[in-house]
Amino acid sequence: MNLRLWLIPLLPLLGGIINGLFGRLFSKRVVTAVALASTAAAFAMALYVAANFASMPADQIPHAETLSFPWISITGFEVDFAFFLDQLSLIMLLVVTGVGFLIHIYSAGYMADEEGYYRFFSYLNLFMFFMLTLVLAANYLLMFVGWEGVGLASYLLIGFYFQKQSAANAGKKAFITNRIGDFAFLLGMFLLIKTFGSVDYLQVFHQVSAMGVEHAHAGILTWTALLMMIGATGKSAQIPLYVWLPDAMEGPTPVSALIHAATMVTAGIYMVARSSAIFDRAPIALTVVAILGALTAFFAATIGLVQTDIKRVLAYSTISQLGYMFMACGVAAYSAAIFHLMTHAFFKALLFLAAGSVIHALGGEQDMRNMGGLKDAIPYTFWTMAIATLAISGIPPLAGFFSKDEILWQAFSSKPTGWIFWLIGLITAGMTAFYMFRLLFMTFFGERRAPQYADTHQGHAAAAGHGHKPGHGVHESPWIMLGPLVILAFLSVAGGWVGVPKALGGQNHFEQFLAPVFEQYAPHDERRLAEAEAGVVGPAANRNEPVPENPESATELIMTGVSVLVALTGAFFAWLFYYKRPELPQRIVQHARGLYTTLLNKYYVDEFYGATLTQPIMRGATDVLWRGVDVGIIDASVNEAATASQEVSRGVRRMQSGNLRSYAGWVAFGAALVIGYMIWTGIR
Amino acid sequence: MVPASYYLALSAMLFCIGVAGFLIRRNIITIFMSIELMLNAVNLTFVTFSYQWHALSGQIFVFFVMVVAAAEAAVGLAIIIAVFRTRETLNVDQVNLLKL
Repeated sequence: MNLRLWLIPLLPLLGGIINGLFGRLFSKRVVTAVALASTAAAFAMALYVAANFASMPADQIPHAETLSFPWISITGFEVDFAFFLDQLSLIMLLVVTGVGFLIHIYSAGYMADEEGYYRFFSYLNLFMFFMLTLVLAANYLLMFVGWEGVGLASYLLIGFYFQKQSAANAGKKAFITNRIGDFAFLLGMFLLIKTFGSVDYLQVFHQVSAMGVEHAHAGILTWTALLMMIGATGKSAQIPLYVWLPDAMEGPTPVSALIHAATMVTAGIYMVARSSAIFDRAPIALTVVAILGALTAFFAATIGLVQTDIKRVLAYSTISQLGYMFMACGVAAYSAAIFHLMTHAFFKALLFLAAGSVIHALGGEQDMRNMGGLKDAIPYTFWTMAIATLAISGIPPLAGFFSKDEILWQAFSSKPTGWIFWLIGLITAGMTAFYMFRLLFMTFFGERRAPQYADTHQGHAAAAGHGHKPGHGVHESPWIMLGPLVILAFLSVAGGWVGVPKALGGQNHFEQFLAPVFEQYAPHDERRLAEAEAGVVGPAANRNEPVPENPESATELIMTGVSVLVALTGAFFAWLFYYKRPELPQRIVQHARGLYTTLLNKYYVDEFYGATLTQPIMRGATDVLWRGVDVGIIDASVNEAATASQEVSRGVRRMQSGNLRSYAGWVAFGAALVIGYMIWTGIR
Repeated sequence: MVPASYYLALSAMLFCIGVAGFLIRRNIITIFMSIELMLNAVNLTFVTFSYQWHALSGQIFVFFVMVVAAAEAAVGLAIIIAVFRTRETLNVDQVNLLKL
């Protein structure tokens, strides 16, 4: 069966090229039509592929398609333009094209009054191309092409308002930080090539599955996994490379929604899950992944507690949720990570788009301290955002509840020390609920803290990047923006129902669907044995999920209850602090000023990196490489050579005086010398 | 019979006069004549040796030198006239556009 998978990335690329080359000549209507049509076509192709996938016999999965011409072909090493479809790719494909298409629609409304409209859509389509290449690639090298490409698209879109210094800097920061991770990914890939002589998923995993688990020692698999993990920390904004994501909020809000919340930042999670065969055999690397994820989830959430920029709160929330997914990967609960990835794509995209709608309504204002009381002015935005807030806080039965609960439960039941991860995750869940409800209350409830939005304020709007016609007042966004919000709100509610755990009477279809991907190359060791003892049979059975009669089911129910309770507590405190008694936060801040400033300044991590990395590198580059090597040695040697030849020629050019008689004199002088020599030799 | 050394000495003297005139004089015409003088001094040497050794090649060579000298005179005088028309001088020290 030929599904023509290569068409899916190619369609957005075509749209991007058309808009990029000729968009300047087109009217906005045509630009929009090209961009939306190409993305819609990709989405339609994805649905067509999904429909075919459902009827595909199990032995034909994963379904691989290779373009007829090779890419790299040298003796003993071949890479093809190969595309690959299994359950994991399919879910990523649907999320990327679906959410991407919705955000394209939204952007048409949001960016309507912006300069460089065609440029925006060209970049956005380019991003879709690279992201789809990333998720559909059948080997690590092609994945890396997509991986680098989304980084490029991200750079271009963060720096979309490139006239603004901060946006240009944020773009550079994102690009350079990602480059560190990419370098590690590349090294990991080199290790793969050296060890297995291939970058093809199936060939690599096939060879990996013949290897044992590196329990106590750090062998080749552990190093590969660790290097790949560093790559993932760059792209998925984990400690220590997360610093670019908050700054990436300089880009237009739809970009934040699509790239920096829903899709691109999940590439690292996807990569770790895709490489589960390698990570499963490297317990040390897995533990590091889990620790990094848990720490990231926790620290990003604490920073999110005090931020006042609406998009920055969401940015730290994204980092925190990505930390959850990383943690889930770290406890080898890959399907839980992908489940959360999917639901997170729904509700975080919705949160960003709704935040964009708020910003749009206020003509560019992003500071929550200047919002408030918008509930009745922009009701659709309010209700969709409220749904997303409930979803991310883990309130049942919305999407976030099921995925987050799955991660917490998997963390708890994973290893002897799993309860630590569970505890961190639980505290983070409480903080998540707190900062999200804080955002909701500060934005939509209370009194209007900014009456000036009733009248014109063009200056502020221009400064904030998202200009809007003055004299408008607070207004609800047009339906082209609200439509995607409503659809995403529906998905945020229902998106989790595909993965209801057995303890709650569901079937956990999602995990069963994904199970073959992670089961196929899983190591045959204690986990399998444990399952065999527990009476789980067959590859499609859930790995860690206890059978309903199992007493663990009761534990899971209690855990679920606890996490919901914690989420409600967080929400309650947010209600208390920011709705009921708004003077309380000030008093707490006064009592814990040190903690508050530390959080407000994001633990001074940027300053720390600046002092320990950026400054020394800049100084080294300036003093040693620039002034020392470049100016002192390379430039100097070139200049010295020029000066020396000038000096020599200054002396020599006296011979070319232009004076005829002096030439004759020189000739006579030379002749005299020759004759004198001959006479002298003749006499002797 | 006049010994060959007489001819050679005369030839050397004529050549030195030519060289000196070439180096000292500033008038292009004079310089030109000095060159002719040097050529003819050389011709004299050729003829002398040819006569002494009874070899005709020296005499043949003299004809070549004369032909070249005639051609050179034609081209050289043309150049001199061209220079005089543009610069209105025959002083070589003033024809020095190539100098530093």
